[in-house]
Amino acid sequence: MPQSALLSVNNLTASVDEKTILHAVNLSVNAGETHVLMGPNGAGKSTMGHVIMGDPVYTVNDGSITFDGTDITELSCDKRSRAGLFLSFQAPVEIPGVPLSSFLRATIAGRPGLEMKGKEFRRRVKELAAQLDMDTAYLNRELGVGFSGGEKKKVEMLQLLLLQPKLAILDETDSGLDVDALSVVSRGMDAYRASCDGSLVIITHNTRILEHLEVDRVHVMVGGRIVREDDASLIPWIDEHGFESFEREAADAAADAR
Amino acid sequence: MAKKRTEVADIDRSLYDFKDSEEGFERLDAGLTPEIVTEISQRKDEPDWMLDFRLKSLEIYNSMPNPTWGPSIAGLDMDHIVTYVKPNTDQKADWESVPDDIKNTFERLGIPEAERSYLAGVGAQYDSELVYHNMQDTASKMGIVYSGIEEALHEPRWEEIIRDKFMTLIPPTDHKFAALHGAVWSGGSFVYVPKGVKLDFPLQSYFRLNAAGAGQFEHTLIIVEDDADLHFIEGCSAPKYNVANLHAGAVELFVGKRAHLRYSTIENWSKNMYNLNTKRARCDEEGEIEWISGSFGSHVGYLYPMSVLAGRRSKSSFTGITFAGAGQNLDTGCKVVLGAPETTATVETKGISKGGGIQTFRSSIVATPAAEGSAATVSCQSLMLDDESRSDTIPAMDIRAKNVDIGHEATIGRIGDDKIFYLMSRGISEEEARTMIVNGFANPVSKELPLEYAVEMNNLIKLEMEGAIG
Repeated sequence: MPQSALLSVNNLTASVDEKTILHAVNLSVNAGETHVLMGPNGAGKSTMGHVIMGDPVYTVNDGSITFDGTDITELSCDKRSRAGLFLSFQAPVEIPGVPLSSFLRATIAGRPGLEMKGKEFRRRVKELAAQLDMDTAYLNRELGVGFSGGEKKKVEMLQLLLLQPKLAILDETDSGLDVDALSVVSRGMDAYRASCDGSLVIITHNTRILEHLEVDRVHVMVGGRIVREDDASLIPWIDEHGFESFEREAADAAADAR
Repeated sequence: MAKKRTEVADIDRSLYDFKDSEEGFERLDAGLTPEIVTEISQRKDEPDWMLDFRLKSLEIYNSMPNPTWGPSIAGLDMDHIVTYVKPNTDQKADWESVPDDIKNTFERLGIPEAERSYLAGVGAQYDSELVYHNMQDTASKMGIVYSGIEEALHEPRWEEIIRDKFMTLIPPTDHKFAALHGAVWSGGSFVYVPKGVKLDFPLQSYFRLNAAGAGQFEHTLIIVEDDADLHFIEGCSAPKYNVANLHAGAVELFVGKRAHLRYSTIENWSKNMYNLNTKRARCDEEGEIEWISGSFGSHVGYLYPMSVLAGRRSKSSFTGITFAGAGQNLDTGCKVVLGAPETTATVETKGISKGGGIQTFRSSIVATPAAEGSAATVSCQSLMLDDESRSDTIPAMDIRAKNVDIGHEATIGRIGDDKIFYLMSRGISEEEARTMIVNGFANPVSKELPLEYAVEMNNLIKLEMEGAIG
């Protein structure tokens, strides 16, 4: 590798409940780049995002993950977050009784350069909410409880903008985003790219979200393997042809292997 | 980690056992005698009827069996009961001898110095007396009586009222520990709110300074007359250090027509305590009782505040939380009697168990034949923080009226790994994530509390959650 990558996933094999989901996956993202991870349902795209973030549900059986020069394969996910990684969830959780604003404050506590005093914090969060066209009344509501899909997305984007990670993985697969939610995500991505030179890995099979985005690399995942890697020209091709040819090839390859 | 221990059970008992060696001979008396009870009454210079009441209660106590349906109280040494109940000035410890564990806990809970010593059972009076007197002054200008129940018994006007009400809601025949209470009760509060008087700040028994040894068998009697309004906060919001380990208090609340009473408690007795407390309220027509109850301490707890809805359209609501950690078996809940037409009751509880603790929710809803048109809903949610802990739900319902609407829902669950992962993926540590989720779970209760108590409750949860991770 000529340039040392910000994120480097090397030969990563991961499983859940003894079932292998990811097979020797490689992925390399440089600082400031925007990558897209595409593939049919159940290809392992979301798993990929979760394993990079350190979801303890999954076991890493082989390979490694390096981020910003450090091997983070064994690091707990809170430490990965503090190292500058971010994962936007497809289905963010609900935490009853915890106001969104208290949660947000906890996410920046103790982070150099991000921790703010009460007044400053409130101003900053209001600014971001306005940027995302989000009603500030949500800040006093319980995290995720009774939020619509679009509102949950706004909260995810708000965190992305508040935390300004070095690399953000946006897991948008299968989320059935409506037009409003889509525009929220787009706006969030734009604001993120504008505010810092952060990297993006967008997990999706909906190419609409990529329409006005400058994409550096596209990775196609099928059956837990990266089967194709190319530049942005792959997106319109997939738009037209779907993933069938990749799936067929993967099936053939699997048959050959047997 | 030793420095993180908050359990009083861990302290070096030898510091406090001096009393046994000095008074060992008294234990030969084997239990409670009429002579001891008479002595208690005489020391308090009580009217004869009270002495008679005590002696009758003692007979009942001696004739009743221990409860067998709840957590075991086998560890309660009833032969030592006499050392619990005898007025004994030696029980006064000094601040210096309070274990560091407890002092640290007070500090971390943010309890002012003046209250710490009181809560530690040291009995020193410092500044809190001032606070109490200020509160008393304001209340008395409005015609409210707020005093020690023993003092009130010496005022002929209040003596009559006390005689009329005392242990009528909780008769000594109710259960063995009610009988014990009737025999040996000591200290506690008396509050009388006249007709139509509404107090806009809570009265707090926190500041009520009783004689040494009180607090184990204290009696609280509150009368809120028609159209009056009161919020009463029962103290003991910090790990109270006590030589004896039995608490059998009684709380009797009388709520008049269209009157409103809110009764809040955060209990955090030391974890060697058997808390066998009884609380009961009676509401007349359109009267309303609101219970807010947090149970954190004690080794074993039986606590079921009860509302008797005696008047048409009277109301009861109960909001409670119980947190049972290592070595704790807390059996808590609520009882309601729908005893008149169109009464309504809600019971909402949260239970948390951790470190092998056992938390049981037990409720009883009785609709008498008079309860036509009444409604009650019971909802309890339990959270088990690990595999070794236990949460149970035992709701009982006895419906003898037509046209009543009774609902019950219960959920028992664990903290979802997905929630922990989500919070941790935002840079929050696992311990903090769990604490945040538990605090959120407890929020419906803490939001009902005055701010300083809510903060304290959150801090208590934080303390309990510390060291919970591997």
